Amino acid sequence: MIEKGVLIGLWQKRAWVVMMVALLATLEVVSPAMAEYGDVVINNQSDKAGMRPPVFPHWFHRIRFRCKVCHADLGFKFQAGGNQINMLKIIDGEFCGACHNGEIAWSVENCDVCHSGKPGTPTQVHGSTVQKLIGTTAPKPDQKP
Amino acid sequence: MQTGSRIGVVTSIFIFLTVMALPTVSLNAEEKGTAGVNTFNRLMRPKSERNQPPAQDGIHDPACEGTNLLLPPKEAFKSMPELQSGNYVDWVQALNKKLIQPRYDRKNPNEEPVIFELDIVREVKGTMPDVVYPHDRHTQWLDCSNCHPDIFIPEKGKNVISMAQILMGQKCGVCHGKVAFPVSECRKCHSKKKDGKDSKPAAPAAAEAPKKGAK
Repeated sequence: MIEKGVLIGLWQKRAWVVMMVALLATLEVVSPAMAEYGDVVINNQSDKAGMRPPVFPHWFHRIRFRCKVCHADLGFKFQAGGNQINMLKIIDGEFCGACHNGEIAWSVENCDVCHSGKPGTPTQVHGSTVQKLIGTTAPKPDQKP
Repeated sequence: MQTGSRIGVVTSIFIFLTVMALPTVSLNAEEKGTAGVNTFNRLMRPKSERNQPPAQDGIHDPACEGTNLLLPPKEAFKSMPELQSGNYVDWVQALNKKLIQPRYDRKNPNEEPVIFELDIVREVKGTMPDVVYPHDRHTQWLDCSNCHPDIFIPEKGKNVISMAQILMGQKCGVCHGKVAFPVSECRKCHSKKKDGKDSKPAAPAAAEAPKKGAK
C-alpha cells in the first residue's frame, strides 16, 4: 500500500513537470506587442500628466554601458517603476540626468525621444517572464527581490 | 447517359474550381507570413518578426516624432552572435569578442572591470544537471553590491533558490527573464553533469539496489 503523503508527493512532482513543460512551451509564444526584450516602460506619472510614458531601451544602453554603471553607481533599483524618478531629479543630475545632460549623452530638451510610449501603456519590463506569466501588473514599490 | 454526363461536368467544374482556389489561398497566407492554424510552429515568433523597429514594436507611439529617431534594434544586432531567446543576442559573447565596448565607468571609457573568478556549483534535486554559477561572466557586467547581500547572501548554503522564484522575477530572475537570457535556456545554467550514477540513466541492477536496501 502506498501512503497518502507519498501519493500527493508524486502528484505534486508530476504537476510540477507538466507546469514547467507548459511554461517553456509558452515562453516563446507570440505576444500582441512586440517591443524589444527588456524595454522598460515607466508610467508612474506620465499618463496623469498628459505626457507619453517614457520607454527605456535596455539593449541600447547595454551596448554602451555595463549594468553596474546605472544599477550600482547611479542607484537604479532592479525594478520597473520602483525608482522615484521625476524630471526635477533628472535635471539636477540624478538617475537618467547623470548622463543625459548634454555632456555624456543628449540633454533633456529632447522630450519625445524618451517619452515615446503609447499613452496608457502600463509600467513594465517588456517581454519579461513575469509579464508573460501574470501580465503587466505593476509591482508594489516595497516588494523585495 | 445525360444525367451521368451532367454529373461528370459539374464534378469536373467543382474540382477545377477547387484546385484553382487552393494555390491562391496558400499563396496569400505565405505572403502574409502566416498560414493560420496550419503554420509550422504556429505559436513561435518567426525570425522576420523579431527585433521590430520602434514604430512597429507595439509599445512605442508611431505618431510620436521621437519614435522615428530611435535606432532599430536589428541594425545594432546585425553583427552580434545569435541566441534563441531574449533579444536573440548572446551578450556575453558579444562582449568577449569585443563587438561591443560598454563602459564600466560612466565617464572614463578606459576603466576596466574587476573580474572575480569563482564558480559556484549548486547541486539540484531531480534529474537536471547541477547549476554552475560563473562569477567571472557576471562581474564583467555587474558590481558585487548589485547582488550581495540583498539578493544573495554571500555564504554557502544560505540561499534557497527555486525555479518558481526565478520565474516570478526573484533571485536569478531579477535579471534572467527580464534583460539577461530567460529560463528557456536551461542548459546555460544547468550545465554540470551529476557525478556517478545520476548522470546517466542507471542500469536496472543498480536502480534496484537502493530499493532492496530500503526494505
